[in-house]
Amino acid sequence: MLSKIVRTVANQLILFILIFGLYIIAHGHLTPGGGFQGGAVIVSGVVMLLVAFSSKELKKSLHERTLSIMESSGALIFIGLAFAGIGIAFFYNFLVGTPIFGRIPATGPGPGDIWTGGFIPLMNLAVGLKVVAGLSAVVLAMALFSSGEEIE
Amino acid sequence: MRQVIGLTVLIVVIAFLVSGMLPFIHPFGYPPSDMDDYIIENAQEETGSNNVVASVVFDYRGFDTLGEATILFTAVTGVLLLLRTVKRKEESS
Amino acid sequence: MMEYIPLNFPFLAAALLVGISFYILIFKRNLIKLIMGIGMLASGVNLFLVALGYRAGGNAPIYTDVPEGPMVLPVPQALTLTSIVINVAVLALMLTMVILIYRHTGDIDSKKSRILKG
Repeated sequence: MLSKIVRTVANQLILFILIFGLYIIAHGHLTPGGGFQGGAVIVSGVVMLLVAFSSKELKKSLHERTLSIMESSGALIFIGLAFAGIGIAFFYNFLVGTPIFGRIPATGPGPGDIWTGGFIPLMNLAVGLKVVAGLSAVVLAMALFSSGEEIE
Repeated sequence: MRQVIGLTVLIVVIAFLVSGMLPFIHPFGYPPSDMDDYIIENAQEETGSNNVVASVVFDYRGFDTLGEATILFTAVTGVLLLLRTVKRKEESS
Repeated sequence: MMEYIPLNFPFLAAALLVGISFYILIFKRNLIKLIMGIGMLASGVNLFLVALGYRAGGNAPIYTDVPEGPMVLPVPQALTLTSIVINVAVLALMLTMVILIYRHTGDIDSKKSRILKG
């Protein structure tokens, strides 16, 4: 556990890192980015918390059961969206044309509309959940193993 | 002796790779691109998103992303399986 | 052949990275150096994939507020994304095994950790 100044600054900075990572995940179909890149940004914020507070403190907030449910639900949403258009093809974009996410943008360069994209924004969210839960569990397990605790 | 063999192997491998890069590859900046011209033209109408790379990763080649998500899941499971400490009970048998 | 050298310079850099990583993987015995060699091999392959899809004077393949001109090929960038994620997963597993080997045998020389022998 580091000094009080480092802990206070880390408590304030984690909010901005979380919002920046969620912005990169949510606008994955308009700007460069997407699920994997935004998930890596959020995991770097979790590593900052792991360094500022020790791993024993962080284990009280991030239970293993929460991370396991997050990762499994991310994988299930991804597979569910892939199988939902099975009438025509596997991985068929069945949301183009419907009013949920299905507007078609104007051809050529231009500003983007967030309600476009078919099922790409939903898949970005599923992959982002999977990456955040998986990589932060790996980092937490390595830190706990090196300091001699058990993971239970 | 080991260092002489090491330097020789290094020079032979680098010479072999560099001699394959110089005449046999297309010049840098002018790639052959038939499939990618079709994807750049028609990605906005067929998938409906402005980001062509995201539509390639999730729509045109979504099966590769499914395999990659499986690899990530398997690696996380493997790491969490290896890093468990088991308490050993002191038994005298 | 001499006119290919200033043009194909990114390909030469990728070949240099792969060649040096071959030397590390064959001739070094420390486990941490072997892991660094595998990471260098991954970087060389990723650089080669991205350099294959460059078009001269091209812009990023995203239609939001893009200036006029040709676009870079998008498919090699998608393959590089997958490759980076797979390399992260393999690196995590390798580092875990090095931690366990060090805890069981106390040495990270790859010739002294053959505990199944004899």
